[in-house]
Amino acid sequence: MSRKVNWPLTILLIICSLFILFPLYLTVVTAFKTPEEMGQSLLALPDRFHWQNFKEAARLTNFFHAFRNSALVTVFTVAFTLLTNSMVAYAIARNMHRKFFKTLYYYFVSAMFVPFPIIMLPVVKETSLLGLNNMPGLIFLYIVYGLAFNIFIYVGYIRSIPYSLEEAAHVDGAGTWKVFWKVIFPLLAPINATVGILTCLWAWNDFLLPLVILNNRDAMTLPLVQYVFQSQFTTNYNLAFASYLMALSPMIIVYLFAQKWIISGVTRGAVK
Amino acid sequence: MRKSSKVFYWMALPAVCLFFIFHTIPVIQGIIYSFTNYKGYGDYEFVGLKNYVNLFQDDRVFASYGFTFKFAIIATILVNVISLMIAMGLNAKIKFRNTLRGIFFIPNILSILIVGYIFNYIFAFFVPQIAEKAGVNSLTENILGNPDLAWIGIVIVAVWQAVAFNTILYLAGLQTIPADLYEAASLDGAGKWHSFCHITFPLIASFFTINMVLAMKNFLMVFDHIIALTGGGPGQATEAISILIYKGGFQGGEFAYQSANSVIYFAIIVIVSVFQIKVLQKREVNM
Repeated sequence: MSRKVNWPLTILLIICSLFILFPLYLTVVTAFKTPEEMGQSLLALPDRFHWQNFKEAARLTNFFHAFRNSALVTVFTVAFTLLTNSMVAYAIARNMHRKFFKTLYYYFVSAMFVPFPIIMLPVVKETSLLGLNNMPGLIFLYIVYGLAFNIFIYVGYIRSIPYSLEEAAHVDGAGTWKVFWKVIFPLLAPINATVGILTCLWAWNDFLLPLVILNNRDAMTLPLVQYVFQSQFTTNYNLAFASYLMALSPMIIVYLFAQKWIISGVTRGAVK
Repeated sequence: MRKSSKVFYWMALPAVCLFFIFHTIPVIQGIIYSFTNYKGYGDYEFVGLKNYVNLFQDDRVFASYGFTFKFAIIATILVNVISLMIAMGLNAKIKFRNTLRGIFFIPNILSILIVGYIFNYIFAFFVPQIAEKAGVNSLTENILGNPDLAWIGIVIVAVWQAVAFNTILYLAGLQTIPADLYEAASLDGAGKWHSFCHITFPLIASFFTINMVLAMKNFLMVFDHIIALTGGGPGQATEAISILIYKGGFQGGEFAYQSANSVIYFAIIVIVSVFQIKVLQKREVNM
């Protein structure tokens, strides 16, 4: 059935989308203005683009350093999460008939119900005792805590892969390790994309874990930097918005190029 | 086969040990601390159920639970209603569908903390200025500074951010419904509302369950929004449970006391999630 385009609904949705776009528009124009221009009109485009705001905000918050920290944390977390969590899930998925592995599955999955604030206080003691209150420690915790959710979606996916491929490889004399890396891991590409995207969004945007774990200013990630410098912005919101825009833009740029991919990846993770 | 099963143990065991050390042990430690008078440093002794007894007489704790539930319930309902409507709009025959879908999803990729700071300025400066020019006196003051209204600001930011994810999930659900069902219904003379109640909603019931449970759980754990908008204030008007645990546990020397609070909080989140799943799944079957 080919229906006509529903224009009233289209227009209604466009109006709704303005609610999403308006704060972002405001962020961009404010980031480029001077305080004097703000006094004339909040919403108008700036007379000319004040790149000076960005320069100053970057200097004040040491933006490039924090950006480097966030990027390192995100890249290492995603890479090691994909390599390790998928392997653990494979071992569990292929042995669900064994009591031990079945127990492990429920052990990990039930941990999804434990909210972070519950373990927050003891974890902070533990990490500072073990010298993990730094960037490697943060990456390590993301990889370990990701297990609960990732095992859940990896196991579901791996169980839908037929055994026949592995059996064929076993007949050819390949061991379990080799079968996993050469046969199974490549087949996991779609679910690896989902786990990768979700882990990336989590590690990049997370605030609470870096807030409580990191005790060194040098290791601060982008959201944490905004928090720490918030008090210095209050008098100059052009500077604040320049800083926010810089902190948000890497993810927005990635999203512009990989939008379809990100949305379908997130959907696959949620529908599971 | 024996050899390969040994390899499976090697694949799983290191991760299990690490997870146990960094997740399960802290849970157990938290429970043990909750029976002591530990301040976060120095000596401590066991005090039995004293922390729990005190919790039930603490007005600040009650207020934080009250605020958190009020916030979570209202935000969950708003998010689900709005995102279901947007998802149905996006699923209809419209122009620019992919662009619109892309726009509605943007908030999901942004840091809640930074979004919160942006809205903080909007509430503090932009809204009052615009309200003044438009002559709306009730909005000329920063709503985040008003103990009675601050929670509304937090709900607005939470809904603005969370609608993105829930919309995409509902849209995925709506796309599983075959179009000929609607055709058959309209041939039978069913109206829009009728086919929504009898076709759309029953068929996406499982998505409704996921969305309600996830949204409620996330909102009960609200933290970043509040840090960015009010810090728990004015006074303690918007002090959510996680904020209270953070402040009391790290800054207030109430490590053990807030551990007891965490245990209760954990129990409540589990009960609420299980209850929601049970009730909503029952409805799914009945429809």
